[in-house]
Amino acid sequence: METVFAVLVGAMVTGAIYLMLDRNLIRFIFGLVLISNAVNLMIFTVGRLDSSRPPLIPDDSTVPAAHLANALPQALVLTAIVIGFALLAFVFVLFYRAYQEIGTVDTEKMRVAEPEDGLELMTPTEKAGAQR
Amino acid sequence: MSSLLAWPILLPVATAVSTLLSRSSARGANNLALGGAFLHVIAAGTLFYQVHRNGILAVQMGNWPAPFGITLVADHLSAVMVIITAAINLAVVAYSRADIDAALSARGYYALLQTLTGGICGAFLTGDLFNLYVWFEVMLMASFGLLVLGQDRSQLDGGVKYVVINLFSTLLMLTGIGLLYGLTGTLNMADLHLKVQSIGDRGLVTAIAMLFMGAFGIKSALFPLFFWLPASYHTPPVPVSAIFSGLLTKVGVYALIRMFTLVFDLNIAYSHTVLLSIAALTMITGVLGAAAHNEFRRILSFHIISQVGYMVLGLALNSSLALAGAVFYLIHHIIVKANLFLVSGLVRRVGGAFELPRLGGIYKSHGWIALLFFIPAFSLAGFPPLSGFWAKMILIRASLEIGHYLVAVIAAVVGLFTVYSMTKIWGEAFWKPDPAAGGSVEKGKIERLSAWMVAPVAGLALLTVVIGLGVEPFFKIAMAAAEELRNPEIYLKAVLGPQ
Repeated sequence: METVFAVLVGAMVTGAIYLMLDRNLIRFIFGLVLISNAVNLMIFTVGRLDSSRPPLIPDDSTVPAAHLANALPQALVLTAIVIGFALLAFVFVLFYRAYQEIGTVDTEKMRVAEPEDGLELMTPTEKAGAQR
Repeated sequence: MSSLLAWPILLPVATAVSTLLSRSSARGANNLALGGAFLHVIAAGTLFYQVHRNGILAVQMGNWPAPFGITLVADHLSAVMVIITAAINLAVVAYSRADIDAALSARGYYALLQTLTGGICGAFLTGDLFNLYVWFEVMLMASFGLLVLGQDRSQLDGGVKYVVINLFSTLLMLTGIGLLYGLTGTLNMADLHLKVQSIGDRGLVTAIAMLFMGAFGIKSALFPLFFWLPASYHTPPVPVSAIFSGLLTKVGVYALIRMFTLVFDLNIAYSHTVLLSIAALTMITGVLGAAAHNEFRRILSFHIISQVGYMVLGLALNSSLALAGAVFYLIHHIIVKANLFLVSGLVRRVGGAFELPRLGGIYKSHGWIALLFFIPAFSLAGFPPLSGFWAKMILIRASLEIGHYLVAVIAAVVGLFTVYSMTKIWGEAFWKPDPAAGGSVEKGKIERLSAWMVAPVAGLALLTVVIGLGVEPFFKIAMAAAEELRNPEIYLKAVLGPQ
């Protein structure tokens, strides 16, 4: 079972890296979604996968029985999903705002902060206006 | 007593909440933030005093014994980092009072700033690897917000690059944490130190160590992973770039030092050789990048990269003196770098621009700003008797002691190049006649300076001079931190109890 998941995670990461290497930010964001899910799945897998029982200690004993499910990776994945979701929402809005302001999603053409002549393209008056 | 460790995290978070509630009034939010920052300095100072007197402090959150619960630990390194964070936070909040307008405050500027500070302190104090990831995320979220809060075109552009690469590095870190947990079954850093030693497959551990090196290498802007930094650090308001430049990359350096002295300390021959060559290349590329630029804050951004190289050099050399050098460099660099960014804000106010060709004549019109620039700039370059001289001297001496002569030469030559770009700023912005006098250059609005902006700059400059002239106690603190890093048993005993 672990082998299948390992191969699946590998395939997801491969696809994600391919997408993230694209200059288009839309493709990048799909890659990001894919890779963060791959990492979550990976954490889930390292906590061992078998058809085990819930991690509860029976009333009449003080130690848990063998072959219990490992609850910790699930807690970790849950945390990672929540954080990842918030970050993803932020990234979507940021990319959309950047597209509105700069007018492109091609990262090669996004040179506002790093103009090729080494100096800021905007005149100081424009800058002062933009800071308002 | 044990709650001492939680205060440096709780105070900024509480301040963040209260400033968020009062964000409609810029002055009111600033008053709250100033009060919170002041209390934070006191809390951090008390923590440092206790750590210095009684050795490493550790507390288990929720009373779950280590290694099961989340541990907060403060050794000398953590405590020093927390107190500097508190000092920079106070300086930046004071500076923001004059520099941040009501619009930014209403968007939650102070709440984000204090969340950032809380996240940074959390990252310094935690003894749990997954908790470190969470604090990194808190810190990142706040920094994303601060970076693009003005919604200026260049901020959004720089923000995209910053966010993209930092998210990727966080995923690398999370992958590393997951794999390390799968291998050892623990997340407590002290427990990891023990468990990692019993793993037969050393190659697997080294592979995971490289994942962490990649993740923290991106955070701390090491060669060749630094491109996000000069793309974004010059775009936000001056106080934001000051706190970013002082603290964010240094959290990455701290995490590198922590992981590669406590957890991944077995395959030193491999990992520290990689670190050594990365450190040398980082120093060189950073300083060459700085030489090529003409914008005040972009030059400073490239210098962050080259200076981070020195700190990683200290880690890579891995002797007591070298680690002490790295810690001393951290102390010196955070203060000086944040201060230089704040000075760039003063220069913009009186000169109307960040670009060197548009500036000039400030030595004549505002001689005291020239002095306030001179102290941190030449401390950065390593002029005696300022703090940077001692920091560089310790590191060069450590590399000579171990016999890495080439690295020692590189460290010295990079210092020389730093002087070159500092004199470039000095000559262009301060000494050159004002180009606007001829009417050939268009300038931005010249604004009035406020005492709230000058006081933090003067205070940090004074701190630089104090560290330079009274180097002994600071060096002793750095040595104490290095001894703890070299002997993980002390850390283990504090966290896991006597065994």
